[in-house]
Amino acid sequence: MAQPLLQVSNLNAWYGESHVLHGVDMTVHEGETITILGRNGVGKTTTLRTIMGIIRERRGEILFSGQDMSRVPLHRTAHAGLGFVPEERGIFSTLTVEENLMLPPVVAQGGMPLSEIYELFPNLHERRSSPGTKLSGGEQQMLAIARILRTGVKLLILDEPTEGLAPVIVQRIGEVLKTLKDRGMTVLMVEQNFRFASRVADRFYLMDHGKMVANFPVGELPERMDMLHKVLGV
Amino acid sequence: MTMIFGIPLQAFLGQLLIGLINGSFYALLSLGLAVIFGLLRVINFAHGAQYMLGAFVAMLLLQYFGINYWFALVFAPLIVGLFGAVTERFLLSRLYKLDHLYGLLFTFGLALTIEGTFRYLYGSSGQPYSVPPQLAGGTNLGFMFLPIYRGWVVVVSLVACIGTWLLIEKTKLGAYLRAATENPILVQAFGVNVPVLLTLTYGLGAGLAAFAGVLAAPIYQVSPLMGSNIIIVVFAVVVVGGMGSIMGAILTGYMLGIAEGLTKVFYPEASSIVIFVIMAIVLLLRPAGLFGRDV
Repeated sequence: MAQPLLQVSNLNAWYGESHVLHGVDMTVHEGETITILGRNGVGKTTTLRTIMGIIRERRGEILFSGQDMSRVPLHRTAHAGLGFVPEERGIFSTLTVEENLMLPPVVAQGGMPLSEIYELFPNLHERRSSPGTKLSGGEQQMLAIARILRTGVKLLILDEPTEGLAPVIVQRIGEVLKTLKDRGMTVLMVEQNFRFASRVADRFYLMDHGKMVANFPVGELPERMDMLHKVLGV
Repeated sequence: MTMIFGIPLQAFLGQLLIGLINGSFYALLSLGLAVIFGLLRVINFAHGAQYMLGAFVAMLLLQYFGINYWFALVFAPLIVGLFGAVTERFLLSRLYKLDHLYGLLFTFGLALTIEGTFRYLYGSSGQPYSVPPQLAGGTNLGFMFLPIYRGWVVVVSLVACIGTWLLIEKTKLGAYLRAATENPILVQAFGVNVPVLLTLTYGLGAGLAAFAGVLAAPIYQVSPLMGSNIIIVVFAVVVVGGMGSIMGAILTGYMLGIAEGLTKVFYPEASSIVIFVIMAIVLLLRPAGLFGRDV
């Protein structure tokens, strides 16, 4: 098998005194959509933020395209090819929709042109002059994803993309992710909405107590349901 | 003689002009303070000292290198801006992880150090700096005599304020600044070098203060105390405008300068406190300031 796009080995992370990640291991291959499942507070968001370099108190190995990311400063992480959509979406209230969209610098060729982004998200085009935070929750999520697509990153990291959104918007986000998958985009996401995740993911990591406890492809879902019920309580 | 509200028109317009000139300095200085506070969350007590440094650099450039006012208008802000950037990079930036109070205390100490050094070197009394020959003299507007240099100060400070506002509101760099004010970690995760942005912002704020200092040099004398004389009023302007509000700082600077000037016409005894009275009223009625957002 080809070298993974992202390889995380024995990743530990701390919030001050609190040890949150206890040796996370995971691999993401190019073109895959990976979902991390787990109950609240097991370290899913921390895993994403540690890979991005937002949490700096970390130990272990993070290799991205063969590059060791552990000493890369936060402002160089995106240039290495990682794009982050945070749980709270991070739309800037003092910027218009279009300014939000154009904010992240283009880090590599191959990003989605603005015209194509507007084709994929027509609502954003209609409201491009409005302040970013005047959009609905769903539109803000679309904007948060769209602005990363422009930059040409190789890995899209999504934290709870469907949280607090209406079913029709969740469905739309699912369609967008499928479109991105068809274009070969690699996606790593944390998602609580198990039904949504099962429709878009190729492979799952199950997390508990700060480490990965299982890793299986979408095809094994039916036989893993008992374990998922036990760990997730779904 | 034409009268307005029982006051001779000439006296009224004269004080209006003085108010507008003072307002120009308030606007330029409070703009720099607002830019720095907006992004760095530092209440820059060294702003008055940086304004004074601008005037002194202009004077020293002339004394030692024969560099005239026009070049000083460019070089003094650059030199002081660079000094500000170095200060931020190597000293101020070490305090960001601590309470904001430490930034205030540091800049307060820096202001005292700079001011004390210049008082030691040049004494407390002011030193003259001539109006450039191109802007000497005045023009009779029919209803009043306008010194050309003062008219120039009003126009050029307005241009500098609008230019800075455009830089922040209409450019990509400004979008980075505004976004980093809201969520610096995310902007950094997008690939923007926020620490460099902070350094540039502090340098820009210090440079704006120095620019005001060069403009002030021919009007007020160049003195080590010129910064501390004006900075308290400028802080009041920023509070009235709303901490961190760029347009608020500009508009309030002019408004309060004019209010102060007009008070000199109608009730001179109150002219030195009118800005602080307005500040108190605004704080009572609208704590976030006239143009600030409620926190």
